[in-house]
Amino acid sequence: MSAKRAERLVNLVFALLGTRQYVSAERIRTTVPGYEPADGSERADEAFKRMFERDKADLRELGVPLETGRTSAFDVEDGYRIARSEYELPEIAFTGEEAAAVGLALRLWQSAQLGGAAQGALVKLRAAGIDVDGERGLPLQPRLDAGEPSFDACYSAARDRRLLTFTYTRPDEDAGVKRRVQPWGVVAWHGRWYLVGHDLDRAAPRVFRLSRVTGTPRVSGPPDAFTPPADVDLAAVVAQQVGRKETVVVVRARPGTAVGLRRRAIALDPAPDGEDRLELHTTEPWGLADELAAHGPDVLVESPPEVRQAVVERLTRLAAMGGPR
Amino acid sequence: MSAPTADRMTRLLALVPYLEARPAGVLMADAARDFGVTEAQLRKDLELLWLCGLPGHGPGDLIDLSFEGDRVRVTDTAGLARPLRLATDEAVALIVALRTLLELPGLAETEAVSRALVKVSAAAGEPADLAGAVSVSIDARAQALAVVRQGLEARRALHLHYYVPSRDQRTERTVDPMRLLLVDGHWYLEAWCRRAEGVRLFRLDRVDDVAVLDEASAPPEQAQERDLADGLYVPDAEQPLVRLQLARSARWVADYYPVEDVEPLPDGGLAVAVRTADPAWARRLVASLGGAAVVVEPRELADEVAADARAALARYQG
Repeated sequence: MSAKRAERLVNLVFALLGTRQYVSAERIRTTVPGYEPADGSERADEAFKRMFERDKADLRELGVPLETGRTSAFDVEDGYRIARSEYELPEIAFTGEEAAAVGLALRLWQSAQLGGAAQGALVKLRAAGIDVDGERGLPLQPRLDAGEPSFDACYSAARDRRLLTFTYTRPDEDAGVKRRVQPWGVVAWHGRWYLVGHDLDRAAPRVFRLSRVTGTPRVSGPPDAFTPPADVDLAAVVAQQVGRKETVVVVRARPGTAVGLRRRAIALDPAPDGEDRLELHTTEPWGLADELAAHGPDVLVESPPEVRQAVVERLTRLAAMGGPR
Repeated sequence: MSAPTADRMTRLLALVPYLEARPAGVLMADAARDFGVTEAQLRKDLELLWLCGLPGHGPGDLIDLSFEGDRVRVTDTAGLARPLRLATDEAVALIVALRTLLELPGLAETEAVSRALVKVSAAAGEPADLAGAVSVSIDARAQALAVVRQGLEARRALHLHYYVPSRDQRTERTVDPMRLLLVDGHWYLEAWCRRAEGVRLFRLDRVDDVAVLDEASAPPEQAQERDLADGLYVPDAEQPLVRLQLARSARWVADYYPVEDVEPLPDGGLAVAVRTADPAWARRLVASLGGAAVVVEPRELADEVAADARAALARYQG
């Protein structure tokens, strides 16, 4: 940014913060340094107007509460002011422990959007006199929101309640399908990011994995175009759609093998031949079947029959891989 | 407005209140660090602010700064004594992150986090309501996390009981902790492993037991933190290649692991090559794909997986 533009914007904030009256654009033009002075030409007036419009938009984007109105009935046009009570961060004080928690929290983000916002929050809290220690302390590298290129678009659309259009490709499909969604929010659940929203074409709530969104989603239409259901628990919606009911699987394992399975299994009475029997609980039985098949002859599935069958099918395919070709 | 522009404006509007809150003055170097900029940039910002103030520029209308050696302080704020309110994204970033910390009791004092959350929500006002647009739920392993954090803070070595999935083994080792990583919902400890004599990542949900030792953590000089830009695992170019043909249903492997020589296959699958020094890992990967990945090279790997599968089938048929 040019130093001139920064200086003008800072001066504009000072001028409008220091007044209770609404200040007209014309008065701003003559008192705030940096604006094109009037010389009677239409060109100069146009240049000022364009510049002032852009400055107003910039201030609003920064979160400056710029008000428009008239001080008295005699004013012929709207003026501008910034209400101090709306502008200033309210008094806030933290204990050392609380400030440490805030410093740690602000390091959790990494995406352009929320990572940048966290830095902005840090700057403002420090300006409020709080010693937030963001750099030192625990050596920690969190990447809560990294690696999902569509994160920023999905988040902003949910924040502004605007329509989101994107191509969604399931792993077993070649071509993606276009989806139009009113986004309610983004959810990190079991290490994966999801978008939750109302699918306009399916006319029902849907959950989308961000990693299956291809290309950059398009945010369109006016803001506040819809209202998400009151008190919706996004994480619960994802858990309900993604998580399934629990299956109990009983396996036999040769003593000393299947260490990983035992870490999360309940030990049952051993089998008559001395093999260990383990009870496992899973919401993803086919994923567990993959894992059980990978144990080869060390693990044998007792029940349920459909998991036993799934493992036999996997082993049959694996057995076909070796031998002469 | 571009992001750098917005960042500079946020900084310019925050600098005067920042100095006002520190009446004794601040070292230029400290202020630059607090704002995450170079000292040269900070000087430019202060020079710009020095020219700013209320229209008319009468006494008390201009920002006044005083420089004493390396210190700077503000003597007149021209009415800008408080920082701007948190913008929506700033409030969301802060509130969601604090809520996330509440779910990670091993990492911060839960009571302090709750109190900070209440205060921040009150100060943020309306934008706090929008924090519901982002929700984070993480597998918390509070106990291991708390002990690892303790070791890092006290700079002490750790003794780990660690489960290695590729070999399906429990291991014990002493490590010099370097840092904690949170990647894709999992916590990792990056540490110098004295047994392997190398930097290793330990996923905390695979830590069965961990204790802080009396001896100091002393990672040797060659222990470098890895750059995470390319993902957690960066294969060594020297490691042997395993060539696989992935069926359509196993194409995710190409997204999940670093692969090379990716070629689409006529049936919708993918041919890929994976580098690994660990044959046990490759065997387990192929076996756990249940036939959706066919080994092209090395032949021994295919034969081993098939022999294991035949032995297992014999048990089901017997």
